Amino acid sequence: MVQVTLSGTIQQAAGGISTLEIEAKNIRQLLNALEKLCPALKPELEKGGIAVAINGTIYRDDWFQPIPEDSEVFLIPRLAGG
Amino acid sequence: MARNPDADNAPVKKEIESPTSKYDAEKAASFKVVGSRPARPDGMDKVTGKARFGADMVMPGQLVGLILRSPHPHAVIKSIDSSEAEALSGVKAVITRDDFTPNDDHADVLYNIMAREKALYEGHAVAAVAATSRAVARKALKLIKVDYDILPHVTDVDEAMSPDAPVLHDNIITRGVSPTPTKPSNVVARSEFGHGDIEAGFAQADEIIERSFKTAATHQGYIEPHACVANVGTDGMSELWCCTQGHFHVRQVCASLLGIDVSRLRVTASEIGGGFGGKTTVFIEPVALALSRKAGRPVKIAMTRDEVFKASGPTASSSMDVKIGVTKDGRITAGYGVFRYQGGAFAGAPADFGAMSAFACYALDNVKTEAYDVVTNRPKGAAYRAPGAPMSVYAVESVVDELAARIGMDPIDLRLKNAAKEGSKSSYGPKFGSCGLVETLEAAKAHPHYSAPLGPNQGRGVASGFWFNFGGETCSNLNINADGTVTIAVGTPDIGGSRASMCIMAAEELGISYDKVRAIVADTSALGYNDTTEGSRVTFSSGMAVIKASQQAVTEMCKRAAMMWDIPAEAVTWEDGYAKPSGPNAGDFEPLSLAEIAATAGKTGGPIAGHHEYNADGAGVSFGTHIVDTEVDPETGKVDIIRYTVVQDAGKAIHPDYVEGQFQGGAAQGIGWALNEEYIYGDDGKLQNAGFLDYRMPVASDLPMIDTVIVEVPNPGHPYGVRGVGETGIVPPLAAIANGVSAAAGVRMTELPMSPPRVLKAIDDAKVAAE
Repeated sequence: MVQVTLSGTIQQAAGGISTLEIEAKNIRQLLNALEKLCPALKPELEKGGIAVAINGTIYRDDWFQPIPEDSEVFLIPRLAGG
Repeated sequence: MARNPDADNAPVKKEIESPTSKYDAEKAASFKVVGSRPARPDGMDKVTGKARFGADMVMPGQLVGLILRSPHPHAVIKSIDSSEAEALSGVKAVITRDDFTPNDDHADVLYNIMAREKALYEGHAVAAVAATSRAVARKALKLIKVDYDILPHVTDVDEAMSPDAPVLHDNIITRGVSPTPTKPSNVVARSEFGHGDIEAGFAQADEIIERSFKTAATHQGYIEPHACVANVGTDGMSELWCCTQGHFHVRQVCASLLGIDVSRLRVTASEIGGGFGGKTTVFIEPVALALSRKAGRPVKIAMTRDEVFKASGPTASSSMDVKIGVTKDGRITAGYGVFRYQGGAFAGAPADFGAMSAFACYALDNVKTEAYDVVTNRPKGAAYRAPGAPMSVYAVESVVDELAARIGMDPIDLRLKNAAKEGSKSSYGPKFGSCGLVETLEAAKAHPHYSAPLGPNQGRGVASGFWFNFGGETCSNLNINADGTVTIAVGTPDIGGSRASMCIMAAEELGISYDKVRAIVADTSALGYNDTTEGSRVTFSSGMAVIKASQQAVTEMCKRAAMMWDIPAEAVTWEDGYAKPSGPNAGDFEPLSLAEIAATAGKTGGPIAGHHEYNADGAGVSFGTHIVDTEVDPETGKVDIIRYTVVQDAGKAIHPDYVEGQFQGGAAQGIGWALNEEYIYGDDGKLQNAGFLDYRMPVASDLPMIDTVIVEVPNPGHPYGVRGVGETGIVPPLAAIANGVSAAAGVRMTELPMSPPRVLKAIDDAKVAAE
């Protein structure tokens, strides 16, 4: 299980839930599990406007990035820059 | 490809390392080319006028494209009659909203490049003409009849959030609030970040300061206006030449908007006269393509400066509230901020990045930030260096500065006491990896600037700042030429010296001199997809791709040498540009140079090349600390920047001249943002200063020589330790200058820009209050 913290607009979209525990071995599994757990998140996740931080490293697009057991995972807005 | 939500048992890609690559400390200890300062390859062409920018391309039979823009900030477009324009001799095409089909994937982009039901800001494109001359095109624009129904407008972020404000879009229902609103508004979204219990934190504080701040919208101010030439061939193959930070992105969006295959559109990035984030999207490119398609001839569009100001993408203006509590011994117990950003007529103000960056310099137990993305009747904003961060950091660092004074603590000591470091939980969630904020603060404190005496009416300001940095999709090729030179092809437009940095990294890896390597920015048909040059990602991502491509070429060259010597490839090593036999049974052969191996490549297996394509992760965060001395004229309110020092963590400076240039450029733009630059709107909702005479950017005579200190705390996610440096440099200046001006003027400045009238008023108001 990994502990996932939601932030930004997706926290409210998930009904105000800020943290939840999810069984996921990679980012794709994490996003799929989140979508099933909180169907209201689907539009936010499908928009592709999020990034996933695993133990401090931020991944913008990497479905198959492994999530080690007991990782600290955050969903944050997808980064952009100038 | 969309995710398949049912694919729970998708395989884990075990072979992927996290992050993408690892820092090689041993190699870094013996760099031969990295860290040198060779002359920039594009310098001579740029100073002699030979460099070809967006407007320099000429195609046979080329037409002039001009755009008709709305004179109203908010109006329903009831009808457009272009019949007279179309009948004018020399006019080859006129297009309007009817020439573009709705596009769900890029709905806002489409609406922005050509107004649909409504014109949403002064300067919004409503029609375009392609004609045989500029004179004919201008005449044709005057013949287009647009029937407007003028609507009330709003340009201020706070006014736009009020319940009775004119609403721009009927389909914006605020996200991120509960319950979900039942009516549309101008508030696109509310975001929240943080951790801990801020009320409990404030209860622990001995001193609390709460202030409100405002910043004006500014423009990136790139010297080169947007320009492009489009040619849609009769065979359906299209080409586009344009100044852009991301020609692959331009290709994707334009192909989608025009309904053509990506493979039928080849985009070439010209030299670029500045971007700073403002050239990461499209404005005129789809319009030129649509005109060319209709006219059957090439079409060039080049914006005027007036158009750049009114119809490209400035940054957000902001309205912010910040509250920070601190103990007498300098421990920050809680931080809270509300950040309201307007980003023009469409969703996307970088309020969330502002909220995430605001307190990033501090390791706090209790922190909360709220962000509001708001639309107004202004041009849709685009990115501008570290989008969203300079404003929020200005507010936070101003209050931190004031708190330091309140408790009688040195402002750098207060920052050091609370500084984020490796393992700290960031204010936006994830823990920081290796980072160099403490090192920049210590270097700033030790710098002679920090202890130099100040004169009358002078004040010193200090502030720190942060940017995330990221990697992204990247693809590069490297070719070993027959004469022993090397050509690199990257897909990331060079906006800050990246071609030189790529050559340095390839030379380092190949063991040859810098002048044997040349880099080009390849067009979209030559490489796989590359993300845009943004996010301080290019030296990190494209650089790592070049390193990997070089390593692939080295492996192949060792193999060719092994064939020549008739020994196993494993018995060959690469050292200082030579293949050498290695190991007890390898034999005794004269080393073969890269040039010697390249010369016989045709006989040993064909061309030698390396390539690498990947999605780069592991970009290290970047911190910086700035010191500035300001002098305020108490009679006029004019502010002079007397001395300025930038201290920033670069991880590893590949080409220190360019790194220092990035630091200096960030500071210079920050000085303009802090002191003078401002989008000024009249009550009529129209921009009052759309030109460089009235939009006051700093020029060389306004600035001192900006001193720089490069701190190098290696990024563990890059083989050479590189961190992006392009954006952090603009984050601290607003706050550092505001702190300096506040100290010099004796009154806290809470609104940018600190133009002479505003500073004078603050001084006068303080005098009145004191009396």
